[in-house]
Amino acid sequence: MNRINQKLQEDKKLLSIYFTAGYPELEDTVEIIEKLESSGVDMIEIGLPFSDPLADGPTIQDSSTQALKNGMSTEKLFEQLKSIRESVSIPLIIMGYFNPILQYGVEAFCIKCQETGIDGLIIPDLPVDVYHDTYKTIFDSYGLINVFLITPQTSKDRIHFIDSVSEGFIYMVSSASTTGAKSGFGDEQTQYFDRIAEMNLKNPQIVGFGISNNHTFQQATRHSKGAIIGSAFIKHLSNYGKGGISEFVESVIRSETT
Amino acid sequence: MSYNVNEKGYYGDFGGAYIPEMLYPNIEELRNNYLKITSEASFKEEFAHLLKDYVGRPSPLYFADRLSKKYNTKIYLKREDLNHTGAHKVNNTIGQILLAKRLGKNRIIAETGAGQHGVATATVCALMGIECVVYMGEVDIARQAPNVARMKMLGAKVVPALSGSRTLKDATNEAMRDWINNPVDTHYIVGSVVGPHPFPDMVARFQAVVSDEIKWQLQEKEGTEKPDYLIACVGGGSNAAGTYYHYLDDESVKIIAVEAAGKGIDTGESAATSVLGKEGIIHGSKTLMMQTKDGQITEPYSISAGLDYPGVGPMHANLYRTGRAEFISITDDEAMTAGLELSQLEGIIPAIETSHALAVFDHKKFNPNDIIVVNLSGRGDKDLQNYIDYFKL
Ligand SMILES: Cc1ncc(COP(=O)(O)O)c(C=O)c1O
Repeated sequence: MNRINQKLQEDKKLLSIYFTAGYPELEDTVEIIEKLESSGVDMIEIGLPFSDPLADGPTIQDSSTQALKNGMSTEKLFEQLKSIRESVSIPLIIMGYFNPILQYGVEAFCIKCQETGIDGLIIPDLPVDVYHDTYKTIFDSYGLINVFLITPQTSKDRIHFIDSVSEGFIYMVSSASTTGAKSGFGDEQTQYFDRIAEMNLKNPQIVGFGISNNHTFQQATRHSKGAIIGSAFIKHLSNYGKGGISEFVESVIRSETT
Repeated sequence: MSYNVNEKGYYGDFGGAYIPEMLYPNIEELRNNYLKITSEASFKEEFAHLLKDYVGRPSPLYFADRLSKKYNTKIYLKREDLNHTGAHKVNNTIGQILLAKRLGKNRIIAETGAGQHGVATATVCALMGIECVVYMGEVDIARQAPNVARMKMLGAKVVPALSGSRTLKDATNEAMRDWINNPVDTHYIVGSVVGPHPFPDMVARFQAVVSDEIKWQLQEKEGTEKPDYLIACVGGGSNAAGTYYHYLDDESVKIIAVEAAGKGIDTGESAATSVLGKEGIIHGSKTLMMQTKDGQITEPYSISAGLDYPGVGPMHANLYRTGRAEFISITDDEAMTAGLELSQLEGIIPAIETSHALAVFDHKKFNPNDIIVVNLSGRGDKDLQNYIDYFKL
């Protein structure tokens, strides 16, 4: 069974962390992954940097620009991750925009993911319809789970379609925004979380965007299976370096240890 | 074979809507409504009325006698420079503001390179009393100062794009991010035939008035609707799309698309997408674009802010791949020279974007009987400082 599905069966709220590969330093990738796992993170999204990240706010944009300046590339990332499965056992997901994957070759990319031990992909600008018609069979044949996003504006029908195409979890974007634009949740989010919970989807949901600390983690996971932190972690890395990783993770999950 | 868009939003291999889920409802709303709304009689009437009385259409098709003599052929200039606001861009913004109103939007955003689209957007927003925010690269804000001032005068907010090359590509990114953050009340008036479907088709339809007029104007002047050649410069491709639109599937009319070579194709400072680009995804569309082998979008260069874009619209990518259009790239120097030449032969100072199209006459020989229509896409007022600096006038 795919590590993502296994993890989703655990009886706990999951914390997933996003970071941009090659940031702050080119060779930080493996160390950051290992530290996240040893700090108690359940799942990691490894950001493959892109020059024009449309769905991202300034924090992730800047980390991507820096990572590319540092020399990060698709080839380089796979090289860094070559032996990652010797030391890391939690699910690893690559999150990246579609063009770099298209240029690498979608099938070649999937083959590399399988060889490396990557469990899934999040490609924000690959729409579910195109995936379903053109790429799903390729992803499936290499055992990769592709994760789709929904937002407060996504229609009920489309959510059901996304649920039917998904085989891991649904990435629930907490508000209509780019990454890092808003922090915390208001009534609108709470109502949206309730509404989705009532739909009884086949896939569990993991909430992303707007989560930065224990309070927002608790709010986000009241009805959902887990939460993803991206911009807040990148900011922490920028301010405190890799040394501060376990502190950050502990501060988010501290009262979760039951 | 048709060179127009198919029902899935593709031109051959190119087009589609590769957008983050956050934009899906906005794009879906447009896709479901743009053809319906624009074919309503009340829409058509209002659009035609504004194009006539506000924009000043039809724009003249002017026989350029001295230019024709110099190149020993028959050159007509389609005078989009005489439109209100000074370029073809306003044809599209009038269409889109009428659409936005019917969709109940109360806030408009736009990207701009040369500032012509920004001015055209700010203008229609003032006309309709709708809030307007224009994203513009910091580099372009500096090189197109008169247009920045015009947008402010018209009541628009001009927001500098500070990321990447700080030009048109980055302004487009910022506009898309704004739309993601304001999905319900805001319409994004895309300024060229780029972006996710249905934008390329929608903008092409609004610009199609250009070739619609060329047909009857040429009939009046030459006794035929058909020129031998159509020539237009291509940034994203909207003035070109409008010029070609009603001739796309008539292969007896030859099409020339002119791109900006910048300092030269091989200098690393160029915006000639057809030569330097590869198939990829930029701003939600599968098209030809300049990129590294790793799929990172590269930063183009052209002296003209309106052509300084690393992609082309999917219609043009298909015209290139199928060979339907001939693509010619023109350097900064060649364009500037052609701009000065038109000024002094015909008394028309063209925008630097347009000067690229005019430089084709030094590149390619035409027959004395060839009827050639060039889209004179914009006037050069915004570029005077650049011309003056360049020629040390
Ligand atoms: C006068 C003029 N011509 C041409 C262009 C290029 O745009 P497009 O290729 O969409 O016509 C611009 C863009 O700003 C412009 O201002």
